[in-house]
Amino acid sequence: MEEALVDWSRAQFALTAIYHWLFVPLTLGLSFIMAIMETIYVKTGNIRWKKTTQFWMTLFGINFAIGVATGIILEFEFGTNWSNYSWFVGDIFGAPLAIEGIMAFFLESAFLAVMFFGWERVSKKFHLTATWLVALGSNLSALWILVANAWMQHPVGMSFNPDTARNEMGDFWDVLFNPTAIDKFLHTISSGYVIGSLFVIGISAWYILKNRHIKFARHSMLVGAIFGIVSSLFIVLTGDSSGHHVARTQPMKLAAMEGLYKGKEGANLVAFGVLNPDKEVHNDEEAFHFKISIPRLLSLLAERDMDAYVPGMEDLVYGNDQYNIPSTQSRMAKGQKALKALKKYNEASKAQNDSLAALHIGTFEDNYRHMGYGYFEEPEETVPPVGLTFYSFHFMVILGFYFVLLFALVIWSHLNDTLVKKRYLLKMALWSIPLGYLASILGWVVSEVGRQPWTIQDLLPVSISTSHLNAANVQFTFWLFAGIFTILLIAEVSIMTRQIKTGPN
Amino acid sequence: MFETLSHLALQQYWWVIISLLGAILVFLMFIQGGQTLVGQIGKSATQKDMIVNTLGRKWELGFTTLVVFGGALFASFPPFYATSFGGAYWVWILILFSFIIQAISYEFRKKPGNILGQKTYETFLFINGLIGTLLIGAVVGSFFTGSEFSVDKMRMATIAPVSSITRWENTTRGLEILANFQNLLLGLTVFFLARIQGALYVINTVDDQAIFDNSRKQVIYNTIPFLLVFLGFTAMLLTGEGFAVDPGTEEVFVEPLKYLHNLLEMPLIGIFFLAGVLAILTGLGMTIFRNSKTGIWPVGAGTVLTVFSLFCIAGFNHTAFYPSTYDLQSSLTIQNSSSSHYTLTAMSYVSLLVPVVIGYIWYVWRAMNKQKITAEEMETGEHNY
Repeated sequence: MEEALVDWSRAQFALTAIYHWLFVPLTLGLSFIMAIMETIYVKTGNIRWKKTTQFWMTLFGINFAIGVATGIILEFEFGTNWSNYSWFVGDIFGAPLAIEGIMAFFLESAFLAVMFFGWERVSKKFHLTATWLVALGSNLSALWILVANAWMQHPVGMSFNPDTARNEMGDFWDVLFNPTAIDKFLHTISSGYVIGSLFVIGISAWYILKNRHIKFARHSMLVGAIFGIVSSLFIVLTGDSSGHHVARTQPMKLAAMEGLYKGKEGANLVAFGVLNPDKEVHNDEEAFHFKISIPRLLSLLAERDMDAYVPGMEDLVYGNDQYNIPSTQSRMAKGQKALKALKKYNEASKAQNDSLAALHIGTFEDNYRHMGYGYFEEPEETVPPVGLTFYSFHFMVILGFYFVLLFALVIWSHLNDTLVKKRYLLKMALWSIPLGYLASILGWVVSEVGRQPWTIQDLLPVSISTSHLNAANVQFTFWLFAGIFTILLIAEVSIMTRQIKTGPN
Repeated sequence: MFETLSHLALQQYWWVIISLLGAILVFLMFIQGGQTLVGQIGKSATQKDMIVNTLGRKWELGFTTLVVFGGALFASFPPFYATSFGGAYWVWILILFSFIIQAISYEFRKKPGNILGQKTYETFLFINGLIGTLLIGAVVGSFFTGSEFSVDKMRMATIAPVSSITRWENTTRGLEILANFQNLLLGLTVFFLARIQGALYVINTVDDQAIFDNSRKQVIYNTIPFLLVFLGFTAMLLTGEGFAVDPGTEEVFVEPLKYLHNLLEMPLIGIFFLAGVLAILTGLGMTIFRNSKTGIWPVGAGTVLTVFSLFCIAGFNHTAFYPSTYDLQSSLTIQNSSSSHYTLTAMSYVSLLVPVVIGYIWYVWRAMNKQKITAEEMETGEHNY
């Protein structure tokens, strides 16, 4: 594959995914917050809660539309830009995407119309049901797409069919209940809930700072902060579980997240550090200019044992006999053996030489799990960008703990009836809105940059996954999408700002 | 239940589902067709608002059907997904682009601070209505005329440099589909049919005499070119060559009158096709000659039946549904391009949800459409586009 083509295809996917993810988390979080508010309205009959729900619903609608616009390209991009990938794993990967459409998108699209236009056309209870179903649909959609993504990080429940050169699903339940999928789903949707909560408390704080709609803002802040603190505490738990699974399924990613070059027993967790940019796996430079570590915590989090061994990037690239870690070079040799055997099997099958075909398929099966390594030229290609992964991970974690503190302070102040007076806290809440988005994007950077160079862990490198295109084609569409999405983002922010300034009346 | 079915039966079941989704998608293109008529039917700002609002309450449904159609193709026929989307790059990118700009246009159109202005968003809706229908129709047209691509699975087994399994063998990357007259005729058929359906849907859901009169005129104006291009496409399809598959050797070859043979050899599909055309003509007659407001239903049902039967004759009766004119043996058939028996079985269980989905869509549709859109609602409604 042409290197420029791979780079532009990767850049286009990153661009469209990041733009999409600017809008989706708010949809996930705000949908539940609206449903809670409307439930209070239906239970109490208090018209103020209806107005409150409708205000957040207007903002939801603006955000939802652009989320849909940026989402369609992602689904079809697997075909337009990653046709080898689609061929190789479409049998497994396509299923969650189709189920997402059938189970989630139709639910959202059918009941969205009721939610927006049905206030005077259907009963209160039907309307409330529609709002809850929109929230459910949004979150079901997240479930299936994250199941698909998790399968790429940790492929399970499948086998390779040498006759079709495709991976085929062997167990649907393995794919659905893949531990990576469960962690990813819970961690990601709760990050959406935190963003929704930050959005609600931030906008409400702005109203209080401006001395407008105080009662509405206090109501909204309380609902947002309670939903936020529960969600952010849940994120801490699912983050811990994610780290544990990454240690087992993507040890190279974990090593990059922690800047761990040489593995050790009782490994320390780097709480904060400055990486040495000259450090590579093949030189003896120091990994950090400066760091603050917590003794043995990495071993505890990764292996649930403070003395356990955690491999570093050098061990994973060059091998470590003491801990039975094979070198990438040896896996590359086995991968090339698998590729050659596959080709010879195909030739023997075409010539109807069954015994020769059986011989080659045996060799292939023995080496299949290393097949993806056969495409590399140098072992060091298997190391992801360490700096981007490390800093993204650490800033995300710091922000996660900050959000817990912020929500706790807002609830405490609300209960003490001092919220309106605490201008510093209101300003913190307002300026934390972009921090929520930043933390969420950083999470995706850890997940996706940290697993480079793989499209499917250990099976298919990114460099082998693209369509047969000229790089100039993808370069053009990259700028096309960059242009249109940027314009739409500016329009969205502008409309949102106007709506917020107008207020709930 | 599905486990006991043969792989071929599952492949056929999934082609039926794909055909049905494709047919429903073309019916829901009344939204796109209506979008191209906003300025022609609506003469005042309020009338335009009423048309945009009646269409806008269904745009998500059409959009979702397109996404599910794509997802279902990916799940059930992944090699098609890899070949067509990765190959006919530009035509698919244009289609997707038109749907991107549709998705925000309803919500942003009249919102203060929308930067681009109301007119721009209405132009976006027009572009989606034109490009979305024309190009999707033309791409489906290529199911009957073929495309220039090759498939070689063993390209994957090369160590370096690795090439793609599927290759589009020309530089125009799908735009050449539009240069084929038969494809173009189908594209125009879908475009004019969508406009007819759009006008009929507006008639059915908006309470305004001027809008009714203008919509009825548009039904008449668009029926004439629709009939011309539809008859032209049908004549070319049924008298031309098609891409047949030898069931014994799986060899693909060109067969004269293949699609006519398919219609005759699958009489049920032939009946669906004729019934569909008749239903469309009935709906048109009801609207044009009897001023009926319910013409959308026979025309919609006819559209579903006709498009469904077109997909069936493209894929069934030993036919290559995505033929390659560059290398006939690279052509895709429902047998050589489907997912595994296991995946199709799993997905078939998921397909049992489809009646539930149709059920709640029908329920919501009725609940929302029982009151017609009025000018008054445009002034007092709590959320309008």
